[in-house]
Amino acid sequence: MSHPAENKPAAGLFESLAALLRDRTVRRWVFQLAVTLSLVSFIGLLVAIAAGNLARQGIATGYGFLTGEARFEISESVIAYSAANSYGRALLVGFLNTLKVSLVAIVLATVIGTAVGIARLSSNRLLAGVAGAYVEGLRNIPLLLQLSFWYGLLTVTLPVPRAALNPVEGVYLSNRGVVLPMLEPHAAFGYAGICLAFGAAIAVLLNRLAARRQERTGRRTVIAPAVLFVLFVPVLAAWYFGGAPAALDMPRLQGFNFVGGVRLSPEFAALLFGLTAYSATFIAETVRGGIEAVSAGQSEAGRSLGLRPGLVMRLIILPQAIRMIIPPITSQYLNMTKNSSLGVAIAYPDLVAVGNVTMNQTGQAIEVVSIFMIVYLTISLAISGFMNWYNHRMALVTR
Amino acid sequence: MTGMLRPSRRRSADFLRSLFSTWYNALITLALLFVAFKAVPPLANWLVFDAVWSSPSADACRLAAGACWAFIREKARFILFGLYPYGEQWRPLLAVLLLVGLVLVSANKRCWTPWLLAVWPAVIAAVLVVMAGGFAGMAAVPTAQWGGLPLTLLLAVVGSAFAFPLGILLALGRTSGMPLIRSVCVGYIEFVRGVPLITVLFMASVMLPLFMPAGVEIDAVLRALVGMTLFVAAYFAEVIRGGLLAVPKGQFEAVHALGLGYWAGMRLVVLPQVLRISVPPLTNTLIGLIKDSSLVAIIGLVDLLGASKRSLSDPEWLGFYREAYVFVALIYFAICFSVSRYSRRVEADLSARQKH
Repeated sequence: MSHPAENKPAAGLFESLAALLRDRTVRRWVFQLAVTLSLVSFIGLLVAIAAGNLARQGIATGYGFLTGEARFEISESVIAYSAANSYGRALLVGFLNTLKVSLVAIVLATVIGTAVGIARLSSNRLLAGVAGAYVEGLRNIPLLLQLSFWYGLLTVTLPVPRAALNPVEGVYLSNRGVVLPMLEPHAAFGYAGICLAFGAAIAVLLNRLAARRQERTGRRTVIAPAVLFVLFVPVLAAWYFGGAPAALDMPRLQGFNFVGGVRLSPEFAALLFGLTAYSATFIAETVRGGIEAVSAGQSEAGRSLGLRPGLVMRLIILPQAIRMIIPPITSQYLNMTKNSSLGVAIAYPDLVAVGNVTMNQTGQAIEVVSIFMIVYLTISLAISGFMNWYNHRMALVTR
Repeated sequence: MTGMLRPSRRRSADFLRSLFSTWYNALITLALLFVAFKAVPPLANWLVFDAVWSSPSADACRLAAGACWAFIREKARFILFGLYPYGEQWRPLLAVLLLVGLVLVSANKRCWTPWLLAVWPAVIAAVLVVMAGGFAGMAAVPTAQWGGLPLTLLLAVVGSAFAFPLGILLALGRTSGMPLIRSVCVGYIEFVRGVPLITVLFMASVMLPLFMPAGVEIDAVLRALVGMTLFVAAYFAEVIRGGLLAVPKGQFEAVHALGLGYWAGMRLVVLPQVLRISVPPLTNTLIGLIKDSSLVAIIGLVDLLGASKRSLSDPEWLGFYREAYVFVALIYFAICFSVSRYSRRVEADLSARQKH
């Protein structure tokens, strides 16, 4: 592009500037710089005002408060914690609680959501209808409302431990939470776990070898019996020769509460239940959409090749459906992690709840909110990093 | 012989046959019927037959085994309108009608004309004026007393009204060829989408006052509105970006060939196509916004959910949380379900159009 200014050396400064502004590239950069500069100066102005306000209120900025003594108790924690610990450790406890409830809910919601998604496509219209009613019913009601409802049910309506509901032997529901029986720890479980890990590794290896052989010879080796053998036989053997422990730690009522077994607090149980039931509806819709998106011609082609319906599903429909299901499901997992922050409304001590107490006690709003943001952004970057890796691996390779 | 039956009869015959078509379908059907046999009678008893429908005090409810709908009768106006002065509650009712009317008009494809852009600010201004009052004999009502359904709808509708243009700008910025602008927009969108709404609301309610010059107070409702708007704009932006990517490249080239500038081309050629195909996902985002507006209850606002929670703390009527939550859940469900039905209809319309 040539500027008219270059051809007319006699033109004044004003004219050459005006001509410069007519150049598209120059104009775009001027525009960008102007927008960026005004944003930066706006943020600078806000920071200056905030600094003045904080100085007037006598609040020190910075993350120094994290080492200060927290002086508040947290009702449940995966690591040792007491009120004498620091704010930093309290926030770590909250973060671990967020991870705990999110991970368990993700596993449960995936199982339930997949089942419900397939049920909506069932040839049994009653089952399809029930699954549809569940999905439409729960996903159109705010999660926060559902959590409040379940929390009320667990804390207000359920009886005291003395009169706890006992639907199945060893399971007690009371206003102190849900108590379940638990296997008593034993060394044999450790050996069995190691055997399971080895068995899984061998199974993966077998699968690879079989796939390679099929590529070379075109013949499919049947490996299912061998895989089942390496997965289960060593595990059962380790358990049996380790002393075959089967003792259950059954919860018993002692005084006003239960001892033994595992206890889920009402807060954890309500959040887990609500989050799982709500998110499973979205996963169900994703699974249904993914299966429906595989064109009918695919399964017809499979059947005309002489494959049985089960094999058509496993070899033709599912591999294609999964490619479509995984990306939205990953973002659903991310949503679940973010939604677990609603536990703050029912006193589940997750990161946001602990941070909220910290914010009220110290007045360090900016720092605490920045910690929230950093933690959640890290989680979401990790999940989307995984998603990109998976997409790359599963991407359709076309010739 | 099904061919001779009338269609409705045939459909129910098909339905019945599907229940027992194979041995496992028969098993599933029997299991479902067993569950229904166990669960439906107690539920129906609680909901209807043992319920107390009207009673001046909670005493009758405490004796009954069923639900206490008398509580809803007593508290319905509080749950629907929150702390708004009782005698003035025709004003929030009018506001609700105006907002619902605005949404209904906007949903009609025949009304998708430029004048709609003028109707939105006008109706929103009218709603705010009616709610705030302070003239023509209407007492001034501070926003601290706004609540219930009008507040929920106000947050959703006004929030989306502000977020929509912001979302368009962010999407245009993210797809533009200008590196500085693009990175600012990408940074904003990814940042907001990576964090939970509740942290954004905390930021708005706790941090926003810190960023105001001394002596300037911002109202709690406005703070929540700012937070929701900034949050949802990022989601709108991603939906609109998806629409922008779906517009064929030839359309952009045609804009160039016609000699239209960037803004004129976007306004006249590209955006009308983008917005049309983005209606279903935008509506879904709107459903999310309606449900998410309940989060303002956590930062102390008295929206529909917040009002139902407050209605539970009346010492005369303690413990009827199930009734209150079921009532509010039905309202949310009615709103969200009809919006999602609408979104599905538009989607079917669009895909039918594409097949031609």
